[in-house]
Amino acid sequence: MLIDFPFLWESFTALLKGIPLTLQLTALSVVTGGVLAVLLALMRVSNKWWLDLPAQFYVFVFRGTPLLVQIYIIYYGISQFPELRQSWVWPFLRQAYWCAALALALNTAAYSAEIIRGGLLSVPAGQIEAARATGMSGFLLMRRIIFPQALRQMLPGYSNEIILMVKSTALASTVTLMEVTGIAAKLISQSYRPIELFICAGAIYLALNFIVARLFAALEYALSPERRPAPVSAADKPEKARA
Amino acid sequence: MDYLQLMGFGPNGWGYGMLAATGMTVAVALCGYLIGSILGSLGAAAAFSRFMLLRGIAGFYTTVLRGIPDLLVIYLFYFGSSSVISGVAALFGAEGFVGAPAFITGAMAIGVVSGAYQMQVFRGAVLALAKGEIEAARAYGMPSFLLFRRIILPQAARFAIPGMGNVWQLVLKESALISVIGLVEIMRQSQIGAGSTRQPFSFYLTAAALYLLITFVSGRGFRLAERRAMRGVRRAA
Repeated sequence: MLIDFPFLWESFTALLKGIPLTLQLTALSVVTGGVLAVLLALMRVSNKWWLDLPAQFYVFVFRGTPLLVQIYIIYYGISQFPELRQSWVWPFLRQAYWCAALALALNTAAYSAEIIRGGLLSVPAGQIEAARATGMSGFLLMRRIIFPQALRQMLPGYSNEIILMVKSTALASTVTLMEVTGIAAKLISQSYRPIELFICAGAIYLALNFIVARLFAALEYALSPERRPAPVSAADKPEKARA
Repeated sequence: MDYLQLMGFGPNGWGYGMLAATGMTVAVALCGYLIGSILGSLGAAAAFSRFMLLRGIAGFYTTVLRGIPDLLVIYLFYFGSSSVISGVAALFGAEGFVGAPAFITGAMAIGVVSGAYQMQVFRGAVLALAKGEIEAARAYGMPSFLLFRRIILPQAARFAIPGMGNVWQLVLKESALISVIGLVEIMRQSQIGAGSTRQPFSFYLTAAALYLLITFVSGRGFRLAERRAMRGVRRAA
């Protein structure tokens, strides 16, 4: 079988139109989910059981159930309650776009909270004790000592999470949204040529995820100068054996 | 009809249906997981191979399958195998679209995806082995297969358990996506129930609870297995 390049190109350009929606859903859910995740992580490390326990339960529920269920509960499930259909949230939750964004945000918040918690816990106790000893407390301690170090520590995990989110936006196609996977599914059922469309859509996702991974690698490099080898001045360079 | 009656085992209850669907979810997830284990170990073996071609294929496999959405892979398998089957059916005079069996295609799809993740788990587990162990075995003159069976496998299996637990949770949640190609597992059954009773929230909440139950119980199982496998390992105090 020969490769049908015109068809390949045609489907590729059709799929490109889905990228803005994929990116929008990713950005919206990563930002709002990120805010929620910071709150949850702070609750988890607060050492107060009445803050820790609800956060733990939230993480357990959202990590233990498929994202598809979460999307369906929000998109289809909420309409079961007439009271909600009268309220101010209905104009939003009637639309698949906001439902998908909300579900993605709530979902990523649970995973990110654990990544952020891991970052916070990775700051050596001695650093915090030293900061306390110099009189720093509360917010200042967080801003100057804990947060900058935690941020660097959690970057690799967080970049994985964002790549997962890029892939998870595909599920928005199950509630009628026409992002890259949605368009691919539509074109597959029209043309019955799954392999070509799979190659095009797959290439788009791989490219997006490659960009995310590169961006985070660059950020990590920029934020961790102490892990780079010290610059070697010409005078220090080991001399070659003289001939 | 109140919730307990709806999900009960009475004449109008959906209890049996949901129970059967739960069994289907576990079955398809297990099959996908096993297929993934086979592909994952083959991939890991290829990644450690002497031949650059094999290493390249393994790297390509794990990078691509971890980089694209699972839903897309499921569509590929379903429509791909369906078009092959439809083609064969056309030879015998059947017309139009013939769907592939959802169970097999679904299990294959999540198997191929989870294989990419399991490959990384296996690779990490082998890399975690102390180098001296392998060198010592070589020094004794153990041939490769014996070395693998006696030295690598028992220890790598132990290191792999936590990662395997994570992949299992992933597979379980991925199995919900197979509902889009019509396999009656928890999600599909909930859709059917929600459609015919107009109580979507009750059904999807029940679905969430069932998934939570499975992940919780199997998470416990993996933790037990890990503790048992780690019996002989000395931990720094």
